[in-house]
Amino acid sequence: MKIKDQVQLIQSGKLSLKEFIKEVLKESSKINSELRCLNYLANDEAIERAEILGKKKGKLFGIPITVKDDICVKGMETTSGSTILRGYKPPFNATCVERIFNEGGIIIGKTCQDEFGFGSFNTNTSLDFERPLNPFDNERVTGGSSGGAAAFVSKAKFSTAALAESTGGSIVNPASFCGVVGLCPTYGLVSRYGLLDYANSLDKIGTIAKNVDDAELLLNVIKGFDPLDSTSIRKEGKNIKIKEIAIQKEALNVDKEIKDLILETLKKLKIKHKEVSLPLTTKYVIPTYYLIAMSEASTNLAKYSGMRYGKEEDIKGDFNEYFSKIRSTYLGREAKRRVILGTFARMAGYRDAFYIKALKARSLIIQEYKKVFKEYQVLVTPTMPLIAPKIKEINKLTPLQNYMMDILTVGPNLAGMPHLTVNAGFVSKMPTGIMFTSDHLQENSVIEMGKKVEELS
Amino acid sequence: MQLDKETLKRVASISRLNLTKEEEDGFLKELREILNAFSEISKLETTNVDLSVQPLPISNIFRDDIVGKSLTQTEALSNTIHKKDGYFKAPRVI
Repeated sequence: MKIKDQVQLIQSGKLSLKEFIKEVLKESSKINSELRCLNYLANDEAIERAEILGKKKGKLFGIPITVKDDICVKGMETTSGSTILRGYKPPFNATCVERIFNEGGIIIGKTCQDEFGFGSFNTNTSLDFERPLNPFDNERVTGGSSGGAAAFVSKAKFSTAALAESTGGSIVNPASFCGVVGLCPTYGLVSRYGLLDYANSLDKIGTIAKNVDDAELLLNVIKGFDPLDSTSIRKEGKNIKIKEIAIQKEALNVDKEIKDLILETLKKLKIKHKEVSLPLTTKYVIPTYYLIAMSEASTNLAKYSGMRYGKEEDIKGDFNEYFSKIRSTYLGREAKRRVILGTFARMAGYRDAFYIKALKARSLIIQEYKKVFKEYQVLVTPTMPLIAPKIKEINKLTPLQNYMMDILTVGPNLAGMPHLTVNAGFVSKMPTGIMFTSDHLQENSVIEMGKKVEELS
Repeated sequence: MQLDKETLKRVASISRLNLTKEEEDGFLKELREILNAFSEISKLETTNVDLSVQPLPISNIFRDDIVGKSLTQTEALSNTIHKKDGYFKAPRVI
């Protein structure tokens, strides 16, 4: 049942909210036992919220919502998937969480993720966290980094949606692998206040849902200017008519079955489309993205040092010794790798060749996308170049091979452009997403395309 | 680009990370492979290209100078054991 219908049902009084939430929590616990997708199940908080809602109205009245573990919910342990933040209970809500509460939504738990979002498969989990499993095949990954969010929404039989977050593809990637809808908005459309940052110029909070209507509804609740986020934007996009769409030629260099599925879907959509080329983006998008993301991450993670919150030990030695001990003990391997690479890319002697060069390359990549959107309203690609791999296959990949898997998703993220994935069908029994990208603030266009794909099934 | 062990050690030290021997060897191999691949970016012609520190133009936003709600001292200190007389306790600096 779509969220808006479920809200009506609850508000009509035909369904007891408290009983509904109790059932939801019971079912959520079962899902978590099978898929390990929740870092925290908010049993007491959800029941309490259901009791105090009373007869208030709201777009999300009584709807269970999960929150990715890098978004602060007051009083609920928030770790961003990292052992170094174990025990941290934020004394405030993120703006997007506050807005969900204002519309009657009920937060039922925190979903798991790669540590600080550093991963494409949700296999880069921190020291004492488990890897989530794909609901379609438990031997396969969920995708990442919002893997818990996608797996939970996919498996739940009740109406629900998730707050997720993307830096380089962390919303659409797991949504594609788990057969659900992922909607990543324009950079700045949703406030980042209360988000544990990975890379400030790339992070975007978005939604994962069972259908495009639900993903859109939740986005409409959380979007909008927030004075607490200095990069929050005040503008709204205009509705534009989709006349012709572009398909990225280089993005079809994927598994043949995935390529065929995307082309077949486009054919069924009966929309005028043309192949376009983005050669510069294809060649340079991976180093550009990773150099910027790691540089920003290396400064953002400096605050995790065993003071003020998270893991702490008896203070021994000077600040250098104490901070180094805490960070060396409680940061995971990928986090260390990215902190070192990011610090290196910003160091005197290397800064111009790596960090500054990447910021310039980003300008050229944005220009290349902008050129496409002068002629076409939407750009189409497969969401991922492969179906969800088996966990044992991921274990064999080098870090660089891991990074290369993001080739299709990092472009729109670097450019801060809205993108949406919706399931196009199945390849080897695994869900496979089609991704639509549009120009800044043209969320309406990707949402419209997503709905058209849904109508095909 | 060839990353040497001394540079790796220096970067780790700046990053406040003590690496084990196993981590040092592993990172050296992995980081060399990554930096070698990322060095491709040097081939891109970027003369007269501006930097994009944000993906879309964003101007400074200043909040109105009005006193608002903020965390209480108790709330701010609620996540640490290292506190005394309403302050955070920190390791020795000098």
